[in-house]
Amino acid sequence: MKDLDQLTASRRAFLGMAAGSLALAGAAGPARAEKVKTKANIVILGAGAAGTAMANRLVERLDGAKITIIDARKRHLYQPGFTLVAAGLKSADYPVSRTTDWLPRGVDLIEEGAAEIDPEGNKVVTTGGKTVAYDFLILATGLKLDWDAVEGFDMNMVGTNGIGAVYAGPEKAADTWAAMDRFTDEGGKAVFFRPATEMKCAGAPLKYTFLTDDYARKKGSRGRVDINYFAHGGSLFSVPIVNEKVRMLYDDRGVKTEYNHVMKAIDPGKKIITFSTPEGDVETDYDFTNVIPPMVAPDAVRNSPLPWQSGKWVDQGWAEVDKETLRHVRYRNVFAVGDIAGVPKGKTAASVKWQVPVAEDHLVADIEGKLSPSTYNGYTSCPLITRVGRAMLVEFDYKNNLTPSFPGVIAPLEELWISWLMKEVALKATYNAMLRGKA
Amino acid sequence: MKELTLETLIAVFQEIFGSALFWAMVVVAIMITLAFIFVLIRDRSIEGRYLARAELSAPIGGIAAILFVQYMTNSGFSDIGGPIDLIVLLMTGVAGAGGLTFLAYVVQAFTRRRGEER
Repeated sequence: MKDLDQLTASRRAFLGMAAGSLALAGAAGPARAEKVKTKANIVILGAGAAGTAMANRLVERLDGAKITIIDARKRHLYQPGFTLVAAGLKSADYPVSRTTDWLPRGVDLIEEGAAEIDPEGNKVVTTGGKTVAYDFLILATGLKLDWDAVEGFDMNMVGTNGIGAVYAGPEKAADTWAAMDRFTDEGGKAVFFRPATEMKCAGAPLKYTFLTDDYARKKGSRGRVDINYFAHGGSLFSVPIVNEKVRMLYDDRGVKTEYNHVMKAIDPGKKIITFSTPEGDVETDYDFTNVIPPMVAPDAVRNSPLPWQSGKWVDQGWAEVDKETLRHVRYRNVFAVGDIAGVPKGKTAASVKWQVPVAEDHLVADIEGKLSPSTYNGYTSCPLITRVGRAMLVEFDYKNNLTPSFPGVIAPLEELWISWLMKEVALKATYNAMLRGKA
Repeated sequence: MKELTLETLIAVFQEIFGSALFWAMVVVAIMITLAFIFVLIRDRSIEGRYLARAELSAPIGGIAAILFVQYMTNSGFSDIGGPIDLIVLLMTGVAGAGGLTFLAYVVQAFTRRRGEER
């Protein structure tokens, strides 16, 4: 113990040691690759999750590029938070921040929408009439909630007459909570469904059904509450193993399930919802519902040459990109990330987190004259809330394989507290870190 | 999650607590640890009396940490759904207990009366 004896406890030596270890901790960051020098002109359409993450990452990778981001929306919305607002757990300002809060220095923001995309001429025309030329275009427009396609629906009615609309924004999610809170006090018939188009977070309609059941149970009104879920197709969830689990849980919770019902109209006066089914239209009464409209590509993309030209998505307008590289199949200098990407899985923030680095890597490789080996495997994740306090951390890929992040530790098909903790505490933080290009 | 590096974790924790609070907490944790090492070196041993008293505060720290997490996350004991949940609960408790024990020990060691017999 000679060495230990020599360690005298002088304050100066001690402070020196402390300062030294702090300095070491601070200096031990990961080594950064050198930035790629370029004069490339990159335009990003959309400053949502995907566009913002892409802007922040490109600024870190490129030196000298002109990066322009086009988006008219002043508010940035953390959409995974809508469910928590609609469950009365967070206030309506929880998902809201400013678009400009997240954009890096050195990026030009044009606060207008895109009116026209011309991939032949490599330019975009904004709603204000500006023409913006590009060498590379990143489509990150998100999607359009097609409320007009729901016959009889009036956005002003959300929060009244038992009508909810969790997807319609944070304020409407809060109104939906008011309606659900009332409904679970009074009792009656709840009717839930999802659209037949591709949609953001296909787990959200299921979660809200679980949450309504949970509140009714906790309030002691479950006996007066009848909960019904109308699936648009032959299953509750596109991943078979998850579908089976949800089917079992709905059975356990007493949620009645119908299949092949696509919602087409609502009559708030008579409190009737109409579904089209293979056997013709079917009407059902309701006391509470969560209206989710069909989802399609924004008009600027739909009216451009970028969407799929054949196949099941022709009328939805998603950008026709390679599902592994996210590069447009006809216009090599165009990439699509986030909801607008016409790929078979995942319109979620988790998909964004995995898609953006892949598209970014291919874009930078193009600039360098190299080839990128990066591929996107369809990964997406859905913390499927089954009650307040528990969730299933469901993660899967294009092949419908489960891809757990913590195999053997967090079981994907079990209702767990830790998965709830992740949803409530870690998810927004991870999302924000992703926006900054750090996760 | 694509890759869980230390940098990602730090970025996530900074978002949870805010950059200033996060680094303040890191600094406080480091300072308590260093203070503990300091008194260890100074006293050349672990002082049994301080340790015994400090250990009395452990259950308080443990329970407080668990209740704090539950309060912050709209959840409770009935939400424990599997083995990992129990492990997380226990780890939270252990962290709270350990933290408060260290703190209590260090505080006693620093506030001992001058010339006090050991």
